[in-house]
This record gives sequence, C-alpha cells and structure tokens, in this order.
Amino acid sequence: MVDFAGWAMPLHYGSQIAEHEAVRSHAGLFDVSHMAVTDLAGEGARAMLRELLANDVAKLDGRPGRALYSCLLNEQGGVIDDLIVYARGEERGYRIISNAATRERVLPYLLDEAQRRGLDAAARDELAMIAVQGPQAPALLEAVYGAAAEPALALRPFQSTELEAAFIGRTGYTGEDGFEIVLPAERSAELWHRLHEAGGTPCGLGARDSLRLEAGLNLNGHEMDEQTSPLAAGLDWTVAWEPAERDFVGRQALEAQRRQGPQQRLIGLVVEGRAPAREGYTVRTDAGEGVITSGGYAPSVGAPVALARVPAAASGGYRVVIRNREVPARAVQPPFVRHGKVRV
Amino acid sequence: MSQVPEDLKYTRNHEWARAEADGTVTVGITDHAQETLGDLVFVEPPEEGTELRAEEACAVVESVKAASDVYSPIGGEVIQGNEALGDSPELVNSDPYGEGWILQIRPADPSELDNLLDAAAYQELVADEG
Repeated sequence: MVDFAGWAMPLHYGSQIAEHEAVRSHAGLFDVSHMAVTDLAGEGARAMLRELLANDVAKLDGRPGRALYSCLLNEQGGVIDDLIVYARGEERGYRIISNAATRERVLPYLLDEAQRRGLDAAARDELAMIAVQGPQAPALLEAVYGAAAEPALALRPFQSTELEAAFIGRTGYTGEDGFEIVLPAERSAELWHRLHEAGGTPCGLGARDSLRLEAGLNLNGHEMDEQTSPLAAGLDWTVAWEPAERDFVGRQALEAQRRQGPQQRLIGLVVEGRAPAREGYTVRTDAGEGVITSGGYAPSVGAPVALARVPAAASGGYRVVIRNREVPARAVQPPFVRHGKVRV
Repeated sequence: MSQVPEDLKYTRNHEWARAEADGTVTVGITDHAQETLGDLVFVEPPEEGTELRAEEACAVVESVKAASDVYSPIGGEVIQGNEALGDSPELVNSDPYGEGWILQIRPADPSELDNLLDAAAYQELVADEG
C-alpha cells in the first residue's frame, strides 16, 4: 500500500506485470475512487465551462451522454489539471471527473466559480469509482448486470449512460476498451466482488501507470503542470481554438506561444537495452537537452519506453543518460500499445 | 512469510551470501527484498574481475517501481555475474536463492562472512521492519 494524494492505495495485488498483462489480454479492475467527481448544473453552467476549459463544451450541445477531455489552464497557459466532462442533458448539467492530486486546487476553484455565478455545484464525495478495462470488459459488465447492461455495451468511446444507481462511461486510462463506473460508495464493494467473480483481475496503481504510459496518456504532475502548456505536452488537439471569440482562461498566453512556436514538445522514446529510463533522466538530442517525464519498463512492448519533453527543434540523435552512460533511443509517436497491439 | 534458508548468511541491506565448497561466495538478494521491490525488469551485475570491498555497491536491480543498489556482503574479486539475468531478470523474483543469484566472488578474507547475520538474526530484522 502507498499513499497517493492522501489515499491509501495498493501499488499491486501481487504482481504488477501480471496485472498489466491481464488488462491487455483479458480484463482488469481498478478502484479509482480517489478521482474527484463534481456535478455542475444550472443556467450558465455551459457558459462557465466554456470560459474555464481549454476544450469547448459546446461540442457536447444536444448530445447528452457525450464526454470531452480537456485541460483546465491558469492565465499563463499552464495546466492546473486535466479532466473529463460528461454532458447529462439540460436539467442535470455536467459531471466533471478530475484528478485526486490536484483536488485541493481544483475543487475550490470550480465550486467558488459556480457559487459566484449562482449555479448548483457539488463535490460528490459519497461516490466511488471502479474502472473495468480490457477486451473482456463488456463480457464482465454483462455477467454482472445481465440484459440491463445492453445500453452500456452499446456505448461508443467517450459516451456514458446511467444504469440503476451507476453512471457508466466508456472511458479509461489503459489504451484498452473498457468502462468507468461511478456509483454510491456503499454499493461499490459488492460491484467489485461481482466483477472479480466474473473474472476481472484486481489491479493496483503500478499497472495503472505502466498501462497509461504504454497508451501514451499523460499524467498530470509528470507530462504537464502549472508551468507547462498543453502545447508542450502533446495536448494541442485538446485546445479548441475555434470559435476565435471564445476567451477561455489561458487563451492569450497559449496564442502567444502558438505564434512564436512552442519551445518544447513531447515525444515517445523506445530505449535500447533493458535498463529502464525513468522520470527525471536527461535526454540528449541534436538540438539540446530534454528530460524524461515518465518512463519505465513496458511489459507489452518488452522494452523500456518513455515520454520525454525535448526541444521543439530536436530531430534525432536521442540518447538517454542512465547512470552516467548514454543509451540510444528511438523516437516514436505514442501510443506504444493500443487495443492489445504493439505499435512501435 | 518470506523464505530465509538456514544455511545462508545475510546483510542488513537484504543481500544473502553462500559459502560454496570451492571457497567462492555466491551473492543475491533475499526473498523479502524481491517481494518488497516487486517485479524485477533489469539487473546489472558487476563485470568479471571487479575488486569489491565489503558493503560496496556492486550491482543494480530495477523493479517496475525503482532502481536499487546491491551491496557486496564481503570484499573480494568478482568471478562472474549471472548472465541469465540479462534476458530473465524475473528469475530473481521466482528463485531468489537459486537461479536468481546475482554474482560470485572470490573472497579476499573468508572470515568476513562471520560478520554477517545468520538466518535467525535476519528473520528478526525482517520481522522488526514489519
């Protein structure tokens, strides 16, 4: 067990690598109740999110159940947090799922802003969250919910539905098919046991990290932070520049960066040999030095891989400094693994 | 409960040492150590001929979690590192006292072995760490 943002969480339930492989080949279960759930409703909720988020919730208009990934920026264009916002129809508004590590910063910000605007907003601490991830995730849901699972099984990626007391999104953090299930905490242990009995492998934080790394998914505090813009973190695609008149927090700073061209960018590296290239290690390039933001042994690739922030002008000659030795690395476009297939 | 074989000597840093019949000493990390580290993904044993002092860092083991140094229980010359670990670092997890050995030393002073913990003392150390 380790402390993660004040939550006691298992790093693994036995073997991190076995858990990792279970998700790629079958299905794994993650207790992700540490994630922060905030509900926001009322006339003006849409306007608030259009002002606060770098992505545009107008994309969700008239599409209840749809979800959107976005960064929450500061005025300097740095990333306070990354989150998923689900549209739940006009009456119920939006559900926002954000990180545990940034909770003390983000929740007061959202709740104060909502209060100032006279909106209904609530941190839903009584809710737990279980992620079911892997090619067998639909079968597990069917085993537990029976025919009632059908609307959930029909979801496409980044869609959600409500089933009994549960809120189910076809989302995840592993690069595999799967669901994230938000439900009252007092019912979560029973669901966990039933998913386990149906064949789901309990997985800890360790596998969660190696799976998301292989999937090329950023982790806040590693690939991005308040000093790093989404443009330097490979998240350009999450910034909605149009319509130009939408003046979201951080827009001016991002536009200035965009005009000048970002100084840095995020790349994937496959490192030669077996020695893991870890967070904080230096990366030498043909255009100066960069740094590894996340790295480790990738069980599905069978090699060490890393995400690295390097000078934007770098075009090759990548070498990672591991214990004073330069180890050559190959730049690749993440994801390293998606839907069980190695892509690098 | 982790395994602590009776016939080995141990360090406070969770290495084990076995005096072989030919006068050499084989070194590895304990069952408790491999359990704490989690799945090993990389082991770098020292090169043949390296001269080691007792308690000198002599190998690196990396798990999915972190990199750790292995310290030599005694001084001497490295006869060989376990080459099988290059492709199969997980042998340290599955068989820490057997196929997962890390290096073999020709001791400079075999009596240094007497400074190490016996199985009972090591077991107590592990129990105290909880």
